[in-house]
Amino acid sequence: MVNSDSYIKIENLSISYEEDDGGRTSVLKNISLDIKKGEYLAVLGHNGSGKSTLAKLLNMILEPDEGKIYIDGKEITDPNMTEDDVFELRKKVGMVFQNPDNQLVATIVEDDVAFGPENLGIPSAEIRERVDEALRVVGMSEHAKGEPARLSGGQKQRIAIAGILAMKPDCMIFDESTAMLDPLGRRDIMNTIEKLNREHGITIIMITHYMDEAARANRIVVLDDGEILMDGTPAEIFEKQDKLRECGLDVPQCVGLVHSLKARGINIEGECHTPAACAEAIIAALNKRDGKN
Amino acid sequence: MKSISLGQYYAVDSPIHRLDPRIKIVLAVLYIVIVFLCSNIASMALLLVSALVIVLASNIPIKIVLKSVKPILFIIAFTAIINIFWTKGEGAPLLDLGFIQIYSKGIVNAIFLVTRIFVLIVGSSILLTYTTTPISLTDGIERLLGPLKKIGLPVHDFAMIMTIALRFIPTLMEEADKIMNAQKARGADFTNGSLIQRAKALIPILIPLFSSSIRHALDLATAMECRCYRGGEGRTRMKILKCRASDILALVAVIAFGVAIVCINIFAAPYLPF
Repeated sequence: MVNSDSYIKIENLSISYEEDDGGRTSVLKNISLDIKKGEYLAVLGHNGSGKSTLAKLLNMILEPDEGKIYIDGKEITDPNMTEDDVFELRKKVGMVFQNPDNQLVATIVEDDVAFGPENLGIPSAEIRERVDEALRVVGMSEHAKGEPARLSGGQKQRIAIAGILAMKPDCMIFDESTAMLDPLGRRDIMNTIEKLNREHGITIIMITHYMDEAARANRIVVLDDGEILMDGTPAEIFEKQDKLRECGLDVPQCVGLVHSLKARGINIEGECHTPAACAEAIIAALNKRDGKN
Repeated sequence: MKSISLGQYYAVDSPIHRLDPRIKIVLAVLYIVIVFLCSNIASMALLLVSALVIVLASNIPIKIVLKSVKPILFIIAFTAIINIFWTKGEGAPLLDLGFIQIYSKGIVNAIFLVTRIFVLIVGSSILLTYTTTPISLTDGIERLLGPLKKIGLPVHDFAMIMTIALRFIPTLMEEADKIMNAQKARGADFTNGSLIQRAKALIPILIPLFSSSIRHALDLATAMECRCYRGGEGRTRMKILKCRASDILALVAVIAFGVAIVCINIFAAPYLPF
């Protein structure tokens, strides 16, 4: 029986790839993970840590060698899964990929957003509503009749998000969806993701190797060499700077700064994982010190 | 690179632009049939008038329309000349050069043929390519051929292939441009040398372009599967094409025109000189 609290439950999951020389390389080793409904989870790891493989397993693009995955109480690794079951799963768990160009199907923005709901067999009037709503949520309503080819990378990625959103999923997986974007596009996508989580209650799993992006999540899972190295809130994770550095990751700049200041005897309080929060905390700490002097 | 327009679509608003793409395809087919029904001077005159009406109703400048005829001017001229010289008519030839005789029937035939080809090209390109975007044309074809699904023809798959091909043209062009610049930066020369040398210089562009298209295709297939795509079955559409009064009116007008041509052929033809 699956805990009613957890939306995704992963038990002892392992997967390996066959190499050209016939040997097998382990990508994920005996991973167990519980993801709650409405959670905003970042999966962090450097290249080859197995984080993208994990995402693909959750959407049945890949199948594990061993272990079980339950989504919304249903075991998706069940060998008796039918094509219809996979269809139902993908309705609940949407996925946004890295390259926006390779996700868009139609030559007109609104037609592309409609692609998913059309596949679900939804009546046309409701598709229309869902498309308009999804485009509004990602802030692309004014481009509804435009061509994706004329949009920027960040805008295209927002269209891809709208395309998934229009299918009304419970959970969205972002597989390094900001990796190909410029800083402005990245910021747009991060804001959109946060909005989806906060205002629409969508469970978010964000695969990334950017620390500052992971810092904005509620919970971070650090993957290293196919194993879960750390699991906790951003504050707990960034506390262990040395452990992060060991697996080739670095803390966000502002966290590093606070650590250095603390080492110099400036007493900074509170969590400061974003530049704005960090600035506030430093000002508060400096004022306090000056007040004492 | 981004301003590239697909096909000949001319973006203005007109009664013809607003017609249902399915109706436009049917109209184009009907019109082509009518063109071949015209065989005497009265029907030819009427045909020219109809072509003029279509051009005016489409709001497309005549200059642009004439451009579509330009590529086939040679064919038109060639068939006209063949007709003039090789048609054997009755009675005395208009001109007898010994090895060649020109009869009045040949000249009439040539004029009719030129008119037909001209109207055929202008009419069908205005009804279809000039006033309909490639995507709605594909859509129209899919829905018109819908009944053929019953006999097992993959109509939906065909339309999906067309849509994706259209969608990826700008992406691949952008990519070709990037690869070309990358090869130029490595000293590739695309502009000098013999024809064969220049053709060979294209190989370093084509191979990366092929491999990247395959990568695009793989990624796209995964993304489409993740969006629950599993073929045309059980699929609904957001935009439902609706036949409006204007569509019916256009259909009626073209059918009436066809009937008029047939009537001329039957009743008036015996009294016409040609």
